[in-house]
Amino acid sequence: MSRESNHKRDVAIAKDIQRQLLKKRIMKWTSLFVVIFLYIWAFKGMKDFHIGKNAVKSMKAILGGFIHPDWDYIIEPGGEDLIHALMDTLAIAVLGTFISAVLSVPFAFWAARNMSKHKWISSTGKFVLATIRVFPELIMAIIFVSAVGLGPFAGILALGFHSVGMLGKLFAEAIENKDLSSREALIASGANKIQTFWLAVIPQVLPEFLSYTLYRFEISVRAATILGIVGAGGIGAPLIFALQGHTWDRVGIIFIGIVVMVTMIDYISGAIRKRLV
Amino acid sequence: MEIDVIKKRRIGRMKIILSIILLILLLWGSGYRTNISLYDFFVGIPNIWSTLLDMFPPDLGYFHYVIGPMLETIRIAIIGTTFGGLLSIPIVLLSSRNVTRSPLLFYTARFILNLIRTIPELLLAALFVPIFGIGPIAGIFAITIFSLGVIAKLAYESVEAIDPGPLEAMTAVGANKIQWIFFGVVPQVAANYMSYFLYSFEINIRAAVILGYVGAGGIGLILNNVLASYQYSRALSIILFTLVVVTMIDAISNKIREKLL
Amino acid sequence: MIEFKNVRKIYPNGTVGLNHIQLKIHKGEFVVIVGLSGAGKSTLLRSINRLHEITEGEIFIDGQSITKARGKELLRIRRDIGMIFQNFNLVKRSSVLRNVLSGRVGYHSTIRTILDLWPKKDIALAMDALNRVNMSEKAYSRADELSGGQQQRVSIARALAQEAKIILADEPVASLDPLTTLQVMDDLKRVNQELGITTIVNLHFIDLARKYATRIIGIRTGEIVFDGPVEEATDEVFAEIYGRPIHKDELLGASK
Repeated sequence: MSRESNHKRDVAIAKDIQRQLLKKRIMKWTSLFVVIFLYIWAFKGMKDFHIGKNAVKSMKAILGGFIHPDWDYIIEPGGEDLIHALMDTLAIAVLGTFISAVLSVPFAFWAARNMSKHKWISSTGKFVLATIRVFPELIMAIIFVSAVGLGPFAGILALGFHSVGMLGKLFAEAIENKDLSSREALIASGANKIQTFWLAVIPQVLPEFLSYTLYRFEISVRAATILGIVGAGGIGAPLIFALQGHTWDRVGIIFIGIVVMVTMIDYISGAIRKRLV
Repeated sequence: MEIDVIKKRRIGRMKIILSIILLILLLWGSGYRTNISLYDFFVGIPNIWSTLLDMFPPDLGYFHYVIGPMLETIRIAIIGTTFGGLLSIPIVLLSSRNVTRSPLLFYTARFILNLIRTIPELLLAALFVPIFGIGPIAGIFAITIFSLGVIAKLAYESVEAIDPGPLEAMTAVGANKIQWIFFGVVPQVAANYMSYFLYSFEINIRAAVILGYVGAGGIGLILNNVLASYQYSRALSIILFTLVVVTMIDAISNKIREKLL
Repeated sequence: MIEFKNVRKIYPNGTVGLNHIQLKIHKGEFVVIVGLSGAGKSTLLRSINRLHEITEGEIFIDGQSITKARGKELLRIRRDIGMIFQNFNLVKRSSVLRNVLSGRVGYHSTIRTILDLWPKKDIALAMDALNRVNMSEKAYSRADELSGGQQQRVSIARALAQEAKIILADEPVASLDPLTTLQVMDDLKRVNQELGITTIVNLHFIDLARKYATRIIGIRTGEIVFDGPVEEATDEVFAEIYGRPIHKDELLGASK
């Protein structure tokens, strides 16, 4: 090739590259500006950003409570102790998750695209699930406490209903992702609707359902620990009392108890889930 | 041969029966502990319905009191997620088996992460309020630590799943560790990381709303006050407003996340 | 230029990877290493830039021992050695230019390279390297938008941008179709002849080896069983290296 044609080709290439670059650059800079503006707005709004002298003192006190926790609180004769409170919390999580698992199944089938003839059916199902998901458990718990009174029942209901949002969505996705051509085979061999359901759909989705339920259980245990704060039972209430009373050693032992319980549950649940899938 | 198959089926069936028995025991035990019976359900559910009806109609005039605290909640979520996200970067790198050589650093990082992830965000906030006082600062700290846990776990799983080829290439080219990470690891996970950041932000908006309940600033504080004084219709308007905001943010965040991946 | 002295590699489970390796490769040579899969070709090649460690002996690059080098010294020696991989090993989501520039990280401070503050000379070098392999139009495309052959050429450009004195190519054409294979091998040969870069290539296609090499090294169970000019590498010699007569699928021509 001659030097001239080489040069012309280079110029054409350069122009094209420049055009591509310009587009990318505009997009980059606009999004950058939006983000910077957002951050300026966020930080400016925090007018009084000061950490008082009390902070260090309190931190030391709290740390002290963690290093020397109130070991006596673990078991106490009256039954008002850590172990019982944790068991209550666990019970709330178990019942709540169980209820939500049972309730989620019909919702899941409602929301799964491959389970109904018309698209609008599954879309409404998905919408209902999404609406439920927007409600934080704590707010549900507050409402239920007003409705059925203080105690674990409100917590169980709150967990049960809230989890349906997440479990329903996960179940529905599991159903959608399954290859259900085995249904056809069964229908061809003369099985009725219930039989196809039981033999083709359920066995395929059951392991995933169980796995998701366990996953949700792990989350519910954590959630159950806080529901007590609004009076829905479990260890949240003793924790708030301890915090408000500044009895840091009790706060420490409660935290340790929660961490231990959650870790154990996670471990067991994880082990079971591995064997499921 | 056939005996083996029959045996296996029997064992399999026994496993299922045992699990079901275990489940029933668990449920019964939980019911016993919490003093719940089916009767409670029949009474309770109508009660819920009437309580909800009590809350209607929402006090719409109350909305403009609510906007300020809502903005504060959003701020708390933004700042908390950002700090949490930034702090997570070193933790992620230290928790990834293919990046960190030293087992000591690796196990320490994973241990810290697991510890953070067992504590619900509300408990963190409840712990920070006595330290930093009532107000958004406690909320920001709580969300920072909470997001650290969420983002880091998702991110290190991504990092461990990347293609080792470019990493090998960077070793061959003579890059030092930081360059190796920057040219080999970062480009492969950057998009995922941003997606996790936004996902964490979605979670944190909800969390920030609730944290206010224990005094960590934002709209939760107002909600607490309003419920304590039985102003249910105001409570409903706060809840509805929250729902609208959360849904909008979710939608925007999802759109951006789709574009990233 | 490259010297192996009494090199052995024994794996923790006792398997012998390399044995009795005494080798001298001079500047500008185009060496092809052949042998069965698992014979030790890859181990030999990768021990040159210490991607694989050896258990005994020493390897010298231009008189400097890479076996004993540590820290910055090791990085500097690696900087002068470019490597081409079977799977290209480009960063898929980065642009071609960025991939090529990543070859230059050894030349600058960490901060400069991270902040993308490459001096003009580096960018010129990178574009020049891309020109040499006819990939300059794709400079700003994402690496995963390219075909296999194009990606491999970019990877050669990366080695060129390193201003490497040695290029190691580990089965560079195993993932490519026959036509692209010839193009890439042509590129490697051209680079070797025009720039005098010592080139060492692992290949399993025998006719390719014969076509491009000036010197052929045959490896069998970790030992060098043949080392000589390409003219001396007859079919019998190859049968010796493989321990059996040549198979049809070891000829590139057969797969067309």
